[in-house]
Amino acid sequence: MDRPKVVKYKEPERAEDYPVGATFKAGHLVQTNSGWRTFRPIIDQDKCIKCLRCFLVCPDGAIDKSGESLEIDYDFCKGCGVCAHECKVGAIRMVKEGADEDGR
Amino acid sequence: MDKNMVTNARELTNTEFFYGHKACAGCGGSLAVRLALKVLGQNSFVSLPPNCMSAVGFLFPQISFVTNAIIAPFAANAAVLSGIEAGAKALGLKDHHVVGFAGDGGTADIGIQALSGAIDRGDRIIYICYDNEAYMNTGIQQSGLTPYGARTTTSPAGKNLPGSIKMKKNMFEIVAAHGISYAATASIGYPEDYLKKVSKAAQCESTSYIHVMAPCCTGWGFPGERTIEIAKEAVDCGLWFLAEYENEKFTLNRKPSSFSPVKEYLMKQGRFRHLGDDDISIIERHRDHKWEKMLKNWDS
Repeated sequence: MDRPKVVKYKEPERAEDYPVGATFKAGHLVQTNSGWRTFRPIIDQDKCIKCLRCFLVCPDGAIDKSGESLEIDYDFCKGCGVCAHECKVGAIRMVKEGADEDGR
Repeated sequence: MDKNMVTNARELTNTEFFYGHKACAGCGGSLAVRLALKVLGQNSFVSLPPNCMSAVGFLFPQISFVTNAIIAPFAANAAVLSGIEAGAKALGLKDHHVVGFAGDGGTADIGIQALSGAIDRGDRIIYICYDNEAYMNTGIQQSGLTPYGARTTTSPAGKNLPGSIKMKKNMFEIVAAHGISYAATASIGYPEDYLKKVSKAAQCESTSYIHVMAPCCTGWGFPGERTIEIAKEAVDCGLWFLAEYENEKFTLNRKPSSFSPVKEYLMKQGRFRHLGDDDISIIERHRDHKWEKMLKNWDS
């Protein structure tokens, strides 16, 4: 998985700790989006044909194609369901958070 | 074909340049920004006027843009882009892209004079308008690109009015009328076509403009998972078109042999659900008129 990681945010204690002017470091993530999800996508790797359609259309870029099989970054997946809706072979299903992989 | 062209998911880099943003689940605009930045790469300077993407991308201390990015004043996005390009030129930078992302309001209403000026000067910038057909960031107000019949908070539908009573501004033709070196319309429903157009714009030595249709699930009133489906259907039913303008010529990239039903597309969205058959036939007549002109005058 090759996705930006969350870094721990240190609260500024002194005036010098605040960024100068209105500038700040790019690509600085301090919070995940995983708490937004009601349903989480699960890729059925046996059915997946690696067409990369889900990778292409994920609005959050949470699907990683660098490995052998496609992986979902659950830290930043919001559970919108675009991937499952667009998958042409039906290899992605949405499972309710809190339930197991079979939805129970 | 040029080796720098990115035309499919396989050629697209795995690295993300717009990540961890707080856009609604299923947001079309964030996909437009994400895909464009993946084509343009790390050496991009991004400027955004106030729009959803600047609201969800810059939340101190979190910044979702991995490239350099700045929020421009609402009316001045293209002017800020010109300034960045001038600065990069003065520093002798090469192999970089200066790209702006503005919403439909920031392009067609508030930002149009700055855009017009930049095209006139021919600065080497890429201007991408992601069109979600209203001011979504501030709570769904009507813009110059809101289509006929759409319900927004400033064009409510009721007994007397069907929502917005005007058609979309012809932003693509307005930009082309400047004699711009490259302009295109795209849709996130056809992502490969969009990637190709961003690659083309990246190679352009002068100003380029891409108008990408990006549905907004919150403002349009449909479930988030249908974003791509709705974007594709807008093209298939003829209410949006994929075209290019270069070398002073318009080209239609996609010419449907028949349109899918407009009513089906409209009824999937909460903003159009109040429309009666009369209003739908007005929309269809306008579509047919527009396509008649396009097919007559543009190459395909």
